[in-house]
Amino acid sequence: MIVSIRSIAKAALMATAMPAVLLTAACSQAPSEAPKRTEFNIGWSIYAGWMPWPYAQQAGIVKKWADKYGLKINIVQVNDYVESVNQYTAGKLDGVTVANMDALTIPAAGGKDTSAIIVGDYSNGNDGILMKGGDLKAIKGQSVNLVELSVSHYLLARGLNSVGMQLRDVKTVNTGDADIVGAFASPDVKVAVAWNPQLNAMKAQPGAKLVFSSADIPGEILDLLCVDTATLKANPNLGKALAGIWYETTALMTRQDAEGKAARAAMAKLAGATPEAFDSQLSTTFLYSDAKAAVAATDAPALVTTMTRVRDFSFSKGLFKGASSADAVGMSFPGGKTLGDAQRVTLRFDDSFMKMAADGKL
Amino acid sequence: MRWVNRQVGRGGRVLLGAVPILLLLLVYIVMAASRHAVNPADKILPLPGSMAESMSALLFVPDQLTGQLVFWADTLASLQRLGIGLGISTLMALVVGLALGVLPPVRATFGPLVTGIAVIPPIALLPILFIALGLGETSKVALIVIGIAPVMIRDIAAHVSALPREQVIKALTLGANSWQVMIRVALPQAMPRLLHAIRLALGPAWVFLISAEAIASDVGLGYRIFLVRRYLSMDVILPYVAWIALLAIAMDMALTFLSHRLFPWAHGESH
Repeated sequence: MIVSIRSIAKAALMATAMPAVLLTAACSQAPSEAPKRTEFNIGWSIYAGWMPWPYAQQAGIVKKWADKYGLKINIVQVNDYVESVNQYTAGKLDGVTVANMDALTIPAAGGKDTSAIIVGDYSNGNDGILMKGGDLKAIKGQSVNLVELSVSHYLLARGLNSVGMQLRDVKTVNTGDADIVGAFASPDVKVAVAWNPQLNAMKAQPGAKLVFSSADIPGEILDLLCVDTATLKANPNLGKALAGIWYETTALMTRQDAEGKAARAAMAKLAGATPEAFDSQLSTTFLYSDAKAAVAATDAPALVTTMTRVRDFSFSKGLFKGASSADAVGMSFPGGKTLGDAQRVTLRFDDSFMKMAADGKL
Repeated sequence: MRWVNRQVGRGGRVLLGAVPILLLLLVYIVMAASRHAVNPADKILPLPGSMAESMSALLFVPDQLTGQLVFWADTLASLQRLGIGLGISTLMALVVGLALGVLPPVRATFGPLVTGIAVIPPIALLPILFIALGLGETSKVALIVIGIAPVMIRDIAAHVSALPREQVIKALTLGANSWQVMIRVALPQAMPRLLHAIRLALGPAWVFLISAEAIASDVGLGYRIFLVRRYLSMDVILPYVAWIALLAIAMDMALTFLSHRLFPWAHGESH
């Protein structure tokens, strides 16, 4: 017997209506205002400038500051950096360690209102362009292996600019960051852009020469701690606790005595590196362990210049999907300065918590 | 009437089959719309409109840098890699599988080696492949071949060696030599099985293709997906995944059709 079309249609209609009703019920509670909460998750991934976070957790510094403000803060490791930023953007994490360009192109361009509350460090040689023979001028027409659309890509663009070339003068080949060391070992790869710890391993290969690095553009590749703006507004104590954790930990790790050395060794272990390798990565990281310096850098006009460069690059690479101009994503800076669409600010450089740390008011 | 006896007509089958798919689409659209009501720039569940918009740029607007239509260049590159990989694997399966299946000394010599290679997870070999073969097309095709060929070889060898012994004996009594047994008895019966083996290998072949493209590439379907993953561009990822699914289904259907057309005897009386 053939089931009649009508009865199937009826069943289909019923089956369709049910989940739709359930869904609208589930989705109607739109979070217009973030609730007051006491437990937060902050994601991090392995990078020299971010190792203070897991160390602070291990050493009890996180608990100390969280207790002070009656909070519980979980420092969560995410193995894959991009995944950590995506998890934050999807709302699974309240905060994340992220580079300035990625904060702009992933959460902020995705409409997630994000506040950068700690400018933790800038890459001062942690990112670099490596070539097997020849200088940067010889790069013209070559294939370059790198993680496309990452800070490496930005660094390449800046490097090419410095010798009067454009991105179109080279051919880029997207290469995963986990595979770039192996890729550079293969004879057909002549140029690669990478960051640490991979960069160090690649530099050690015979014939490799560092032709351009982030030390040539200091302060442009920033590493931030970003948190969800709505959550921060509802729970300002979160920002205070995080600032407290950061400056206590970085003060400890920059000490040249036994305790400072022990802290750095513990961080090296957490990063899966030897203390020597970790120290060498720290030497190419400009750490803002002094809150005053971090506030000064955040308030400086140079930050606006840097972010203008970064967003123009991001826009030119199509990272602001569907936007008609680089102004589509708004950014705000201390002192009421804005960049781009002031009505749609989704990335805020907020120096208030760093200031409290500088003034000893935490 | 009992459900086990209810036969569904052709029209009904199409309709019933469409229901769960439409339902899923509906659930998706409702969820996407509700997310967009909260955040109009949401990237995680893009609306169909924004997917169409990003895809039309990839479909019809040439890339500034290369001058290619990105989507078609990706599809062509991926299908080429897949095709070469499948072609080499099929040829290997046929030649090696026949030899292993028909000739016991060959089976004794190379059987363990094929089994040994078959149990190595191909992805674990990737770093070695890169060093040995470089990052170009060769290593991508090699990954596909290493991934699927051993399984196909074993399948064909097992099928051929399980052919009724009587057939071989009969051929021998009629004066055939080993070569003739292989070509006239085993080969025709291995052919439909070969097409079947390709169908089963298609899924893994796609996995290895996408993995290879994710690691180092400048064009390809997998390359695009892993590239835009960096900034959570679901409006490109989802249509690409749907396109891969469509391509895979089309290939599977084409192989089934071919098998029915070329070897109707292998598909029972109803065909």
